Amino acid sequence: MTKPMGKTLTAIALAAVAFGTVASADESASLVVNGDIEMVTRTAAPAHLSDSLDEVISGWVFRSDETQELQMDDFDNPGMIFVDQALEQWEMVEGTKDKSCASCHGDVEESMAGVRAVYPKWNDSQEKVYTMAMQINDCREMGMGADKWKYTGGKMAAMEALISVQSRGMPVNVAIDGPAEATWEMGKELYYTRTGQLELSCANCHEDNYGNMIRADHLSQGQINGFPTYRLKNAKLNTVHARFKGCVRDTRAETFKPGSDDFVALELYVASRGNGLSVEGPSVRN
Amino acid sequence: MEFSRRDTLAMGLGAAVVTVLPFRVSAAADDKIAEFTGGAEMSDGGITLTAPEIAENGNTVPISVEAPGATAILVLAMGNPTPGVATFNFGPMAGSQSASTRIRLAGTQDVVAVAKLADGSFAKASSTVKVTIGGCGG
Amino acid sequence: MASGVKPRVKVPKTAAAGDVVTIKSLISHKMESGQRKDKEGNLIPRSIINRFTVEFNGQSVLDMTMEPAISTNPYVQFEAKVPEAGEFVFTWYDDDGSVYDTKKKIKIA
Repeated sequence: MTKPMGKTLTAIALAAVAFGTVASADESASLVVNGDIEMVTRTAAPAHLSDSLDEVISGWVFRSDETQELQMDDFDNPGMIFVDQALEQWEMVEGTKDKSCASCHGDVEESMAGVRAVYPKWNDSQEKVYTMAMQINDCREMGMGADKWKYTGGKMAAMEALISVQSRGMPVNVAIDGPAEATWEMGKELYYTRTGQLELSCANCHEDNYGNMIRADHLSQGQINGFPTYRLKNAKLNTVHARFKGCVRDTRAETFKPGSDDFVALELYVASRGNGLSVEGPSVRN
Repeated sequence: MEFSRRDTLAMGLGAAVVTVLPFRVSAAADDKIAEFTGGAEMSDGGITLTAPEIAENGNTVPISVEAPGATAILVLAMGNPTPGVATFNFGPMAGSQSASTRIRLAGTQDVVAVAKLADGSFAKASSTVKVTIGGCGG
Repeated sequence: MASGVKPRVKVPKTAAAGDVVTIKSLISHKMESGQRKDKEGNLIPRSIINRFTVEFNGQSVLDMTMEPAISTNPYVQFEAKVPEAGEFVFTWYDDDGSVYDTKKKIKIA
């Protein structure tokens, strides 16, 4: 009897180990990119959210194992294709002033480190909150004498991804006080305002119901720390404002325009809800 | 709020069972298999097909095939408008007769892999992948 | 030649003689399936990478036929034997007749 008993015990032990592994992979999987960049995908909610959320959670946590894996290695992450394209763009001389991004900013790895983490942010000379896309287009127009890019276009998304990569793993840390406060309040107002025939606010899905299913989709907190994001759905990089537009459209409302004051304010507010989560862009989502 | 991916999976499976539709299987798929096997019988062992039970989006579904000693593996998506996916022909420098790729599935359906084994016989593996549609926008 | 096509591969720089190494490959390509319609309802013609081959020192590792069901930006992972130092040659064949290739050397450590 000793042998069979030994086998049974081994089997039980193995089952326990296997179960433990599966459980931890499912619920507390951690995101480490390239075996190197450790991402904070769950953390205590920032103080301004203390009345509504205890914890803020990256959209990565809500995705299937297969989708999660795509973001764990840069070779597997299709979003990195666009980062490569933007790196070529970074060096490309354009416009009436014969300049490239590199002419002013030099090495992207040095000059852009930390930038994604603090945008949108107050721009002193323009006296308003600036998104990264607004800053990029200002650079193109005024710095290079080149045409602006479409706010949610492919080139803009790729450049945002290149800049974001230089801050991967750093905590999102957008300022919500001082001169940015009024814009932040406006964004907060929008976040909680129901729109469309379905009368849904951002909060109805992403604050009240994250973790639940909306039809076949697992609702996330709608965090934007992973933007721009490569979506399996359309096989390209998606910008924050394009995603906002999609969400508002899905409430069956007339949407705000990408780059509008409304969406800029909403971006600042939604970004601030992710203060403390890691910059992940370009992330991979469904 | 508490949630677990296991709960989610259970919900997803529940929904899939309720709403399961007859799979479309085209005659073209059978023709493709016949062309590959020459009409030979297919055994069940000797080939492994790995595919997710539920794909979050049908546009990019990761799959792997492995058939030790095989010279070729045919992969078919039985419910796609055209069933062909890929044929892997392994050469003398292959380190294993295995490969992974990402495929498009037009909806919930069976993915089938057929291997031509070293002895000239054929083996088949099949896996049902449930393809979910989006939340609001679809 | 389709626009924005760029092949990329991930191969270890060194291996021990006789090792089996894992190789990843990806080529940026739309893989237009021939099933989609444009805004006017006209079928968008098929335009895909239809074949991908890998050789090591002139001998075949993998010869893969791709159909429209392969996802945008085709990704393939596989294993190769490395009996000696040498060079991998990766070749992708486009429907439009274009051929894209890239090479990677591997040393014996």
